[in-house]
Amino acid sequence: MKIHKYDTVIVGAGGAGMRAAIEATKRSRTAVLTKLYPTRSHTGAAQGGMAAALANVEEDNWEWHTFDTIKGGDYLVDQDAAEILAKEAIDAVLDLEKMGLPFNRTPDGTIDQRRFGGHSRNHGEAPVRRSCYAADRTGHMILQTLYQNCVKEGVEFFNEFYVLDQLITEVDGVKKSAGVVAYELATGEIHVFQAKAVIYASGGTGKFFKVTSNAHTLTGDGQAACYRRGLPLEDMEFFQFHPTGIWRMGILLTEGARGEGGILRNKDGERFMEKYAPVMKDLASRDVVSRSIYTEIREGRGCGPEGDHVYLDLTHLPPEQLDAKLPDITEFARTYLGIEPYTDPIPIQPTAHYAMGGIPTNVEGEVLADNDTVVPGLYAAGEVACVSVHGANRLGTNSLLDINVFGRRAGIAAAEYSVKADYVELPENPAQLVADQVERLRNSTGTERVAELRKELQETMDANVMVFRTEQTIKTAVEKIAELRERYQNVSVQDKGKRFNTDLLEAIELGNLLDLAEVMAVSALARKESRGGHYREDYPNRDDVNFMRHTMAYREVDADGKDSIRLDYKPVVQTRYQPMERKY
Amino acid sequence: MATPTLEKAGTAAQDASPYITVTFRIRRFNPEVSAEATWQDFEVEIDPKERVLDGLHKIKWDLDGTLTFRRSCAHGICGSDAMRINGRNRLACKTLIKDINPAKPITVEPIKGLTVLKDLVVDMEPFFQAYRDVMPFLITKGNEPTRERLQSAEDRERFDDTTKCILCAACTSSCPVFWNDGQYFGPAAIVNAHRFIFDSRDEAGEQRLEILNDKDGVWRCRTTFNCTDACPRGIEVTKAIQEVKRALITRRF
Repeated sequence: MKIHKYDTVIVGAGGAGMRAAIEATKRSRTAVLTKLYPTRSHTGAAQGGMAAALANVEEDNWEWHTFDTIKGGDYLVDQDAAEILAKEAIDAVLDLEKMGLPFNRTPDGTIDQRRFGGHSRNHGEAPVRRSCYAADRTGHMILQTLYQNCVKEGVEFFNEFYVLDQLITEVDGVKKSAGVVAYELATGEIHVFQAKAVIYASGGTGKFFKVTSNAHTLTGDGQAACYRRGLPLEDMEFFQFHPTGIWRMGILLTEGARGEGGILRNKDGERFMEKYAPVMKDLASRDVVSRSIYTEIREGRGCGPEGDHVYLDLTHLPPEQLDAKLPDITEFARTYLGIEPYTDPIPIQPTAHYAMGGIPTNVEGEVLADNDTVVPGLYAAGEVACVSVHGANRLGTNSLLDINVFGRRAGIAAAEYSVKADYVELPENPAQLVADQVERLRNSTGTERVAELRKELQETMDANVMVFRTEQTIKTAVEKIAELRERYQNVSVQDKGKRFNTDLLEAIELGNLLDLAEVMAVSALARKESRGGHYREDYPNRDDVNFMRHTMAYREVDADGKDSIRLDYKPVVQTRYQPMERKY
Repeated sequence: MATPTLEKAGTAAQDASPYITVTFRIRRFNPEVSAEATWQDFEVEIDPKERVLDGLHKIKWDLDGTLTFRRSCAHGICGSDAMRINGRNRLACKTLIKDINPAKPITVEPIKGLTVLKDLVVDMEPFFQAYRDVMPFLITKGNEPTRERLQSAEDRERFDDTTKCILCAACTSSCPVFWNDGQYFGPAAIVNAHRFIFDSRDEAGEQRLEILNDKDGVWRCRTTFNCTDACPRGIEVTKAIQEVKRALITRRF
């Protein structure tokens, strides 16, 4: 076991992690631990753009953006946070441009902007061009630009280091972050990083679904590490299903395709979104569009022999426009479906895309131990966190924004804290939990296989807690997850080695997914209303009287070592916007 | 409305199973077990519309958990899974079984010119070092504007192609010059230098050109076009290298 000491340690090197690293490295001795190489992070898969009311192409202002974000989140958004997001968006985009990001340009040479779901002029009057973009690889360009600037700033990376445990020490009755424990993929060695400040920026947890736009590596490692140490997870029942994933594969086709004029059609060729969202049509918020697609499919208007998908139609758009604005997604259709989008519509279905919930933080990125107590030295930003700027449903282009605004904020706050603070003493045997976990899995002779358990988990999640949920389906999922968690105790791996043992890591990742899936299902069961991405057929309406509040899930361990989930609730911060019925 | 081709395939698939048996012939190496690399065959039931990566996953998940490779996004964006498939550098997640003649064994090897660490995993550090050496970040002088820097659509288009790079190393590790001499910067580093040299906002083009004027720089390129063929993003890599060479001669860019 090796022990390292840094002022600031950042877990994850996607957009949020690297944006934080650029700030933290300037101010404090910083290390970035990442389970991948930085440029492999899933920020790079984001396509359509980053929202900011630059007003480069038409009238816009950040107040409208704030309103759209709150309405898009079905009023579960903390309004003070949404205001910061929308206000700081403008500088966040300009900062990226100055760092070198090659945005598409207007004829005047300013940053070009396009339409995106849920973003509107004057509180819902009509769609507005707010998304700043670089073709349909905006996330790729953000990831590359941030990595380039990390190289420029000399950021210190530990590539292929998996953070598996969060160290917490209680000092005078206050829980403080003491550091993290990481597993080095290349050697199998365990490293303890003692740090005055730790920032989690480790991304989402979409791999507990089968049809998902998420990378294989998005297994909720950061959420799980904190949760296991008794910290809460907020609003985990809210998961976004992006309307346009490639049929059966789940690969993302950007909402920018509809922003450029693409249309969703059912088997009769009907533009069905006109029925569900008369004003915003195909550019309604993602939860609304995904439910509409499944409603069409359920009512027998789906396409294909099994009627299990609908079409994204781009055939009326000029090929030059597709080549210039949507080159990657049209290539995906050609590569993976053998379809020519110039002439043929693309079969799509909703795909599990984004966790609105996560590690609760305040607007400085400080992690909360309960409804209002900060954990000194612990920060989180990006998809792993829940500020909450996305509430019950995130608007498209607000995640690339979130990682930049709150990545930067967390980086500054953590570094300013760590240069002043003292190291917190490490717990006794800090690497014990990870060492035990690794040894148990490596030595297990159990009969259960990781791939089989993961498949069963993904199938039950897709079947029971996806776009439509009921008490019965969620209970089915809860029971199945409990069974899988039991069977997980009997899992074994074939690779017993130390060198690049990805077999072992997949087993650990599965453990994280199982814990988080349980939190999600239990949180969803208790929320007896429909709001944003959480739709209960048995409670189809939003219930502001009983459920205008954030879910806070805690892991409790009884005297026998058996764990369970305790749910609590946290009020929503409301400033100037009163909840209204949501129409698009 | 036109019918997509997949729907036809789907109808046909109802009559017969789409699955076929494919042999994967994989170069295995694990220094914890043996100092020698060996070939190992695996037979896999797979739909020809699936990816080589899906085949590798079937092997890892169902047959042999020790098989080791990098992957993440699984749709050609993250650059983790560049490997040599039937003798050509490709991304395993962008190569469909049907496109590489599944009647014969599909050979899968690590990319060449970088030290193999285990199975299909190579040491990427020399590759990223060459990238870092070309100063791959925007360098400007003077005061920053309050708003964005202006750039015409034409100036933006000038370097569009090289902004697509995902640093997968498929190009560099397909280059015979790089195989023979690991000191050569390699195509990917030059592509990333090109991305800034031809960016109208950048003011350090001369410095980057001097770096690439080195004995291990662009002049080592023998225009074999392997890099262009290998690029999974369709970047005209050789053209970009030629443009850098030309800029070195004319000092105009």
